[in-house]
Formats: sequence, structure tokens, C-alpha cells
Amino acid sequence: MNKPLTPPTLAPLGPETQLMCERPGTFSGGHRMCAGCPTGIFTKMLTRVSDEYEIVAGNATGCLEVASSIFPYSSWQIPWIHTAFENASAMMSGVEACYKSLVRQGKMTKKLKFVVMGGDGGTYDIGLQSLSGAMERGHDLTYICYDNGAYMNTGVQRSSATPMGAATTTTPVGSESYGRKGNRKDLTKIMLAHNVGYVAQASIHDIPDLFRKMKKAIDFNGPSFINLLSPCIPGWKIGADMAVESARLGVDCNFWPLFEVEEGKFTINYRPAKVFPVSDWVFSQGRFKHLKKHPEVVQAFQAQMDKQWAWLEMEEARTA
Amino acid sequence: MKHVAGKPKILPITGAGAMAQAMRQINPDVVAAFPITPSTQIVEDFSQFVADGKVDTEFVTVESEHSAMSACIGASAAGGRVMTATSSAGMAYMWELLYVAASMRQPVLMSLVNRALTGPINIHCDHSDSMGARDSGWLQIYSENNQEAYDNLVMAARIAEHDDVRLPIMICQDGFIISHSIQTMQIEDDAAVKAFVGAHKPYHPILDTKNPVTWGALDLQDYYIEHKRGQEQGMKNALRVIEEVSVDFAKKFGRKYNLFETYRIEDAEIVMVAIGSAAGEIKEVIDELRTKGEKVGLLKIRSFRPFPYAQIAKALSHAQIITVLDRSASFGAHGPLFVEITTSVYNYCDNRPLLLSHTYGLGGRELSMQMIEHVFAESRICLDKGEVNGRQGMWLNVRGD
Repeated sequence: MNKPLTPPTLAPLGPETQLMCERPGTFSGGHRMCAGCPTGIFTKMLTRVSDEYEIVAGNATGCLEVASSIFPYSSWQIPWIHTAFENASAMMSGVEACYKSLVRQGKMTKKLKFVVMGGDGGTYDIGLQSLSGAMERGHDLTYICYDNGAYMNTGVQRSSATPMGAATTTTPVGSESYGRKGNRKDLTKIMLAHNVGYVAQASIHDIPDLFRKMKKAIDFNGPSFINLLSPCIPGWKIGADMAVESARLGVDCNFWPLFEVEEGKFTINYRPAKVFPVSDWVFSQGRFKHLKKHPEVVQAFQAQMDKQWAWLEMEEARTA
Repeated sequence: MKHVAGKPKILPITGAGAMAQAMRQINPDVVAAFPITPSTQIVEDFSQFVADGKVDTEFVTVESEHSAMSACIGASAAGGRVMTATSSAGMAYMWELLYVAASMRQPVLMSLVNRALTGPINIHCDHSDSMGARDSGWLQIYSENNQEAYDNLVMAARIAEHDDVRLPIMICQDGFIISHSIQTMQIEDDAAVKAFVGAHKPYHPILDTKNPVTWGALDLQDYYIEHKRGQEQGMKNALRVIEEVSVDFAKKFGRKYNLFETYRIEDAEIVMVAIGSAAGEIKEVIDELRTKGEKVGLLKIRSFRPFPYAQIAKALSHAQIITVLDRSASFGAHGPLFVEITTSVYNYCDNRPLLLSHTYGLGGRELSMQMIEHVFAESRICLDKGEVNGRQGMWLNVRGD
């Protein structure tokens, strides 16, 4: 399980990525994230995307929130706010509304941008309503969902983002159960249905692609959304050194295509040179190991991934 | 700030309309609200002020009350003066965030139009919404009529935002009875209200990127209780601040308020205690009974949170029987007002007056003058017998009782 699964496929560093390395970071060490958790990868990029504005950030309740802000300590070197699990988008709507009001009244002149972060539980499920409201109202904010496919903070319970067949503590394997039944929710499509100007899927393993997308999303004037594949070491039952590899294989098997949609126009950002079978990804993780006895589930999973890729190709051609 | 007061306007206006007028005059940086009967007119009227450019407010038309309170907390942490309005199930939906607003010491201003909580669904007045939230850490000020509701909202920011308080505040008025009834009342001059309310002072605003702060950190067993103790201190300080602001309000606008109001109480043997619009009718019944020689009076609650135990006990120290009218029920227990009055009298009075509890008016059931007379008569019987047995905990005007 711990040996590298695929050869590296990273693009060479572009000038923006060079800049990323030079600008000061956002997020200090000393937080209580699990060993090997990749969440800190994107949080560190927040202040590095531009010199033209400053970032005000907020979080839904979740791993990132509890691990980064245990009073009296905080890893956040930028203004940061958390209030509850299901309301991060509404909370940040209020922050952004206040900024707009103060700018209009001439009480503030500096340029600020607003970023909300939440896991799949706080975004796909309990936070979906407030996310939908904020996106529909058109606040100038970026929502970054770090999707690890379950409620990891409370101990790996299934969410609507949990992939088919995964064992979680509320979809355990048993004589009558092979884990999570049915297909996961496609939140990226739901965001597209809000006519959000910039929507993207990214993965924590492809840093240049992720950085470019974060910059685009935050630069965008209006609501924008990034769905970010972010493996969970204990939840996926993988080694502490395997987060990046697991994310890479998730992309290479088309479980998590990297694409972006700008004002309705689809672009597939990465086409795997060789598409791996989804079983390679599935059987590299402990949460799926019982599927060896359920080849029909792996088959259904594969069929769903093929359908998803075909839809994406079709949309890209349609909007070309 | 020096200001020459303009002329106030005498207007026929509903309680909800009056709240919208106060909001326009306060001119908050952000309003986030969701429509719910019977508070809807507040939001509608205010939307028109936004549409007509009469306020600087950014109005966030949220998709739920949960998001309304979330946006209010965000905007307040951003450094703005923030307002909202709601009722009943709307405030129940905010529940989780009511506690968050209080614990983050964000002085959000809420205009609450009291309405029964659903189960069964009902849109009319009782106090079960705000009474249920009495432990949430919000200041709660109640109003008898349109004028009081307006005056209380004008005073709200100065109380909630005071450095020694820093707590959210709800200004409560009775649904329909006040919110939808037109009364002729005084709307003060815009500039005079603006001068009275004063400028908002942001407190560690999250928009200050030079001094970045973390708001809403995880607070575990090593610090949580100190922060809760701080909230309690803010509440304690609020007793003094409410009095100070009320005194200043009386100086500026002439109408006097205190933590509670007493009516013909000095020599009263029987004192009724009530909240909200019922006080108007009770006063009228008292006047009538006084002509017949009955020594009766009223104590009307204005500040329920913080609850002025010692002050109320002093005012009630001569009463022989205290009859408390609760417009909400705590099933399996006495009503919340009765419990507070009992606490007050037991701890701070030398004498031991009889205490009689009545529940009335749930879901908008009317409280007639005859019923109030009946309660006074019941109280007299108890007083003559020297006990309340058999009459304790009655529900008024209920079929089958």
C-alpha cells in the first residue's frame, strides 16, 4: 500500500508558481492536523495568490477549523472567522456585505477578497443551503471545499460525497452491507446550476494547477467555487506518506477529473496519458478493501466514472 | 456632538412600521433578515428605504433565518453595526447562532415580534419564542405598545454596544397586538436619533488586515468557562447601562423608562406582574378596581435579561400577594416570569408575600378586562384565606379548565 503507484506527472513550475514560493504564507505550523494530512497545502497558498488584495478567510466547523484554532493558539496569520458547521457561506456573506457597505460609505478603501473553506460534510450536506444562498446572491467570495469523502472530524461517518462502496463508521461493512450504497452527490454540477462565474475541480497533488485555479477563483469578481480532492489518512486508511499519491491516482483513474468552467465554458485541464482502472485507486485504500468480495460494486463504480468522463468530454465539446 | 433637535413627527403607524422607522434612523451598515409573520412588515418597509437610497445599509436577503443570524455575526465581526428582525420559528431556526452571537460578544440588534412557536402552527402572539431564548445570552427588552417598542430600539445600540456590555439585544413586541395595530405615536427627528445613537465603534474587526484576529476559535475545558463568565459580567453590567441610557433618553426625548415600570403599586396589597401589551389592559382594570377601593397595582417587566432581581424585590416588598401572568409555558414547571419573580422575592424580600401563577394568551388567545378582573378576584380570595392552594398554576380562558 505504501509504494508509489504512478510516475509523477507534475507540470514544470510556471512564473506564477515561482511567485507563490516567494510570497509570505498564511498558515503557520504547530497546528494539530494529522501527520500526512494535505489540507495545509492549499491554506498556505491563500495569501500567495496576489499582491493586489488581501484575504479575509472563514471556515466551516471541521478538521481544518478545530486543528488550526485551539484557543489561545491560532495558525491563521490572516483575519479568520468561524462560527458554526453549516453556515460558513452565510457568515462570510455578512463579512463581505459589511465590507461593501463600508466601501460605499467611504470608510474603507483597501481591496479585500473573501475565502470560505469547508469539508465535504460542511459543504455537500449540512452547509449546502447556505452555500446555495451565498452563490445565488452573488457575493464576491470564493468557496473552497476540501473533499475527503466523509465526516472525518467526527470519526469517518458517511457524507453525500462518500464514494460508492466505501466503508465508513455509519456505512460499515457487514453480512448485509458492502459499505456506502449508490452514487455520490455531484456538488460541482450543483454549483454550475447556480450559474457561478468560475467553478473548478482541483486536486492537492497538482500544485501548479491548484494554485492557478485558486488565483483565478479569488481574482474573479463575484462568487466562485473550487472543489478540491483532499485525501484523509485515517478515513481512507492509507499511509501517512500517501495523501499526494492517492490524490494523483484519484485523478488518473478519472474519479476526480481536473477541469474548470469559466462563464459556462468547460476546459478539461488534465487528460491522463494512461487512464488507470478505478480498481487500482480503490484497492490502494483500506476503506474499500472489502470490495474484493464485491466485484460487481467495483464494476458499477467504474461504469459511473466512465459516464462522468463522457459527460465532461461532451460538455467541453459543446461549449468549445 | 452638538445637535439642535428638529421637530418629532406624530404619526399613526403600526408597531412593525415603527421598528422599520427606527432602523432607518439608526442606518445600520448591514441588515440580514428573512421574512416571517408577523415581523415581515419591518423587513418590507426597510427594503423600501434601501431601494430609495434612504440608508447606507447593505441588505442581505438571506435564504433562511439561520443564515440571517450567521450573516449578522459575520458582519458584526467585520466591524459593522448590524440589525435583523424575526419572529417565532424564525428565531428558533437561529437558535444555534443566538448563542454564538452572545459568546462572540457581537452586539447584533434584533427586532423580535413575539409569536407562538409551532406545534401546532399558529401565527399569533405569545412569548414562547423569546422566553425559550432567555438563556442564550441575549439582552431582552419588552415593550407595552408601539411607542415603547420604537423607543427601546432607539436605545438598543447604546446598551448592546457599550464597552461594559458587548452583548446582542432583542427588542420584543407582541405579534399582531402591537406589530399590526396602528397607534398614534411620536417618531423623533432623524438627526436627533442619529446623535443619540452615536457612531459605531468596531471591536477587533476582521476587516483589519494589519492586525489579523482569529474569531471563533475552539475553546476547550481550559478556557471556555472564563469566556462564559465574561458574558455573565456583561449581563450584570447591563443593568446599570440600561438605566443610564434610559436616563439619557428621557433627557433628550422626554419619555422615562426604567428596568421595569410600576403602576399604582405604592400601597398595593395585590400586585400583578406582566410583560408586554397586557399591561395596558391591566392598568385600566386597576383604575376601575381602585375606584371600588381595591388596593391593586402592576409591575411591568421591561428588562427580562438581565433580570433586575433586587430592584424588583424592593418594589414588591409591600405586596401581600403577587400574581404573575406568564404568556408562555414551561411544561411541567411554572412559567418563566413566575420563576424569576419567586426567586426575586425569596432572595431579596424580608416579608413572604403569597405568590400566584397564571398562564394566559398562548397562540394569541385574548386577555379580556373581565379575565384580569377575575384574576384580581382570585388573588383577593387567596389573600383572605392566606394561601394559594387549589388556585396555583391556573391557565386562563381555556376550554375544559
